[in-house]
Amino acid sequence: MDAIDPLLIARWQFGITTVYHFWMVPLTLGLGPVVAFMQSRWHKTGDERWYRMTKFWGKLYLINFIMGVATGIVQEFQFGLAWSEYSRFVGDVFGAPLAMEALLAFFVESTFLGLWIFGWNRLPKRLHLACLWIAVIGSVISAYFIIVANSWMQHPVGVELIDGRPVMTDVLAVLGNNTAIAAYIHTIFGALAVGGGFLLGIAWYQLWQRRRDGIDTVDSTGRVVVGEATDIPGRDRADHRVWISSLRIGAVVAVVAFAGVAASGDLQAKLMFDQQPLKMAAAEGACHDGTAFSVLSVGNLGSKDCDDVVAVIEVPGILSFLANGDFETEIRGINSLIPEYQEKYGTHLPDDPMYGARAGQEIEYLPIMEVTYWGFRLMMGFGALAAVAAAVALWITRRGTVPASRPLMQLAIVGILAPFAANSAGWIFTEMGRQPFVVAPNPNPSGTDGVFMFTAAAVSPGVNFTELLFSLAAFTLVYAVLMVFEVRLLVRYVRGGVASSVPKLHARRDDDSPPPSDDVLAFAY
Amino acid sequence: MEFLPTLWFVLIAVLWIGYLFLEGFDLGVGMHLLFSARSERERRVMLNTIGPVWDGNEVWLLTAGGATFAAFPFWYASLFSALYIPLVIVLLGLIFRAVAIEYRGKGSTDAWIRSWDFALGLGSLVSAFGVGAALALTTTGLPLNENGDRVGGAWAWFNGYAVLGGLAVVGFCLVHAAAFLALKTEGPVRERSRRFVSLALPVALLPLAAWVLVIQFRSGTLVTWALVLVAVTAAVVAWFANRAGREGWSFIGLGVFLVTGAAALFGAVYPIVLPSTLDPAHSLTIWNASSSDYTLGVMSIVAAVGVPLVLVYQGWTYWVFRKRVTAASIPEAHAVMPAVRSR
Repeated sequence: MDAIDPLLIARWQFGITTVYHFWMVPLTLGLGPVVAFMQSRWHKTGDERWYRMTKFWGKLYLINFIMGVATGIVQEFQFGLAWSEYSRFVGDVFGAPLAMEALLAFFVESTFLGLWIFGWNRLPKRLHLACLWIAVIGSVISAYFIIVANSWMQHPVGVELIDGRPVMTDVLAVLGNNTAIAAYIHTIFGALAVGGGFLLGIAWYQLWQRRRDGIDTVDSTGRVVVGEATDIPGRDRADHRVWISSLRIGAVVAVVAFAGVAASGDLQAKLMFDQQPLKMAAAEGACHDGTAFSVLSVGNLGSKDCDDVVAVIEVPGILSFLANGDFETEIRGINSLIPEYQEKYGTHLPDDPMYGARAGQEIEYLPIMEVTYWGFRLMMGFGALAAVAAAVALWITRRGTVPASRPLMQLAIVGILAPFAANSAGWIFTEMGRQPFVVAPNPNPSGTDGVFMFTAAAVSPGVNFTELLFSLAAFTLVYAVLMVFEVRLLVRYVRGGVASSVPKLHARRDDDSPPPSDDVLAFAY
Repeated sequence: MEFLPTLWFVLIAVLWIGYLFLEGFDLGVGMHLLFSARSERERRVMLNTIGPVWDGNEVWLLTAGGATFAAFPFWYASLFSALYIPLVIVLLGLIFRAVAIEYRGKGSTDAWIRSWDFALGLGSLVSAFGVGAALALTTTGLPLNENGDRVGGAWAWFNGYAVLGGLAVVGFCLVHAAAFLALKTEGPVRERSRRFVSLALPVALLPLAAWVLVIQFRSGTLVTWALVLVAVTAAVVAWFANRAGREGWSFIGLGVFLVTGAAALFGAVYPIVLPSTLDPAHSLTIWNASSSDYTLGVMSIVAAVGVPLVLVYQGWTYWVFRKRVTAASIPEAHAVMPAVRSR
C-alpha cells in the first residue's frame, strides 16, 4: 500500500487547480462588463477618455483572460482523469451542464472575443462593440452552468435513483435549483467586487504617480489642479480623467457588488442551514444547539468530540437570524447533528470495492472545523473590508485626486487582493464544508432523498499514487511559473499607463509620420 | 440500433472531427513557427493567420470532452482515467500554447519571445501527438477490467498504435497548416508553405492512412471503405491543386481527407466506443456507456440549437478575417515603458 492515500493527492490537486483557476475567472467576470461599459460610453459620447479606458483595461482583461482559458481546459477534463468513479456515478446529470457550458457559452465567449480583439477598425463600430458585449455575456452564462453543476453536488435535485445511480428526470429542476440561483448571484457579485477593487487599486496608483511626478497638484482647498507632462507619453490632461473615472467606477462597483454579495449570501446561508446543516454548524464551531453567532471561538477546532471549543465572544440571536430571520429559533449544533447523520448514512464506509483500501473505515462527518470556521469568517471579513475601503476611497477622492501618501497608495494596491481572498475563502469553505461527501445528502430533503456519494468512493480506482503525484507536482509547478509571468506582464502594462495600450500616444509629439494604412491590423500578436 | 445513443455517437464524432479540422491547422501553425519562419516578422505573419480564431477552435476539444461526459459518462471516465499521464501532458501542452500565443508579443526581450515561441511550438506538437495517441487507442482498445478501469499500471496503455496515432495527427497538422498558411499569407511564407505541401504531403499523411486502414481491415464496412476511397482521392486532389497554385482547393482537399478518413474510423468502430483489449465483454459500447434517454433527449435539443449557431458565427468569423495576412499588415511592435518621470 502507498504511504499516502491517493485520494488525498487527488483532492489536493483538485483544490489547487480549482482555486487557482478561480483567481482568473472572477477578474474576467468582473472586468468584462466594465470594459464593455467603457466602450459603450465611448461610442455614445465620443470622449477620448472612454476610448483610452477601453484600451487600457481591455489589455489587462486579455492578459488575465487567457490564463482563465488555459487553466479552464484542465477543469473540463479532470473529473474523468482523477475522479472516474464520480464521473460514472453522476454522469447522467452532471455532464449535461458541463456540455451546455461548452456548447452555449464557451464557443460564444471565445469566438466573439477573437472578433473583438482583431476587429478594431475592421468591423463596423457598433458591431465591434456588440462583439464585446456578446463575449462578456458568454462568460456570464458560462458561470451559470458551472454553478448549476456545483450546486447539484450541494443539493441534488431533479433525479431519481435507478440501481443506486442518480438518473436525471427533470432538467428544469436541475437548472432551477434554488442553491444554484443563490450561489450564482453570490458568485457574480463576488466577481464584480474583484473587478471593482482591481480598477480602484490600479487607478489609485496612477493618480498617485501623477502627483509624485508633479503633474497634478492640489490647491489650498484640496481640490486637484490637473497638469500635463509633455515628456512622458500619455501623461496629458485627459490622462487624469481616465484614472479618476476608473477609480470612481471601480469604487462604486465594489460597494454595490458587496451589497449584492451580502444579500445573496444571506439567501445562501438560509438555504444551507436547511440543506447542509452540518456544514453551517461547522462554519460556526457550534457544538451545542443555540442562537448565538460566534465572533471568536478558541480551543481545538479540529478535535473530534467538539468539547474543546469555547466561544469567547458571541452575539446572542444572530445565528438564528442568519438561518431563519428571527432571534429565537434554536439552531442545531454539531453534537445533535452527527448522530442523525450516522443513523441515516452509516457509521462506517461500506465494504464495497469502490472504496478501495478505505472500505470499512469510520466516517468522520464533521468537516475540518478550522477550515470551515475560518473560511467563513475570512470570506465575510475580506469582503466587508474591501467594501468599506472602497467607500472610504470614494470620500477621499471627492476632490479629484488621491493623497500624496505612498503607504496609502501601497495599501490600495494590496487591497486589490482582498476580494480575491474573499472569493477563495468562500469556495474553500463551501467545498471543504461539504466533506466527507462529494455529493452531499440533504437530511431534510428538499431534493431527491438518498442521493449522495462519499468523496472516498469518487477517485479513479485505476490511477495510482505515482501518477497523481506526478500530475499534482506538474500542475502546481507550471501554475506557479505562469502566475509569475502573468503578474509580471500586468505590472509592466500597469506601469506603462495608457500609452502601453494606445501606441499613438507615444508618437504624438513627432506626429509628422503618415497615419498607417487601413490594411495594418490595429491589433496583432 | 437505438436512435439517441447513435445520434450522440455521431455528434461526438462530429465534434472530434471538427476539432481536428480546425485546430489541426492552428496546432500545425504553432509547430511551423519553430522551423518554417525566417524572421520575427514572418513568425508574426504566421501567428496572426490564426490570431482571431484559435481560441474558438480549441473550444471544439472542450465540447467534445463535455459532450462525452454528458452523453457517455462511462466512456469519458474510462478513457480519461486510463490515459492519465498522456492526457495530463496534453493539458500542459495546451496551457503553454494558449499562454504563449497571448504573451509572446507582450514582452520586449528576444529571450522572452524565443522562450514563448518554444513553448508554443512544443506545446502544439505535444498536444497534437497526445490527442492522436488517445484517439488511436480509443479505436484499438485499452486494457480495461469489468469496471472499465485500466489494469497494468501507469504505462499499460502504451503500444505501437499510440505512436501511430500521434504521428498521424502531427503529420496531418503540419500539412494542413502549410496549406492554410499558403491560403492566408502572401510572399515568402506563402511560397515556402506551398513547397512544404508539395514535398511533405505524400509522406506526412501516411501514418493517418495506415491507422485508418488498420481499423478498416478489422471492422470496416462497405460505407467506411467508400469513405476511405473518398479520403485518398481528396488527398491526391489536394496535392495537385497545391501544385497548380489553387490554394483554396488544396486546403479543402485536405479537409475532406480528414473528415472522410476520421469518419471511416468512427464508422468502423461503431457501436463500440472503447474496446477492452483484455476481454471483449468489458468493452464499452453505445449501449452500456451512455446516459439515459431523457438526458440524451435534453442534450439533443441543446445541440440542435447550439451546433448550427456555432457553425454560423464561427463561419462568419472566418469570412470577416478572410483577407491574406501580409508582412505589411503587421504593426510595429511598440515598447512599453513606465509612464514615470525619471529622477
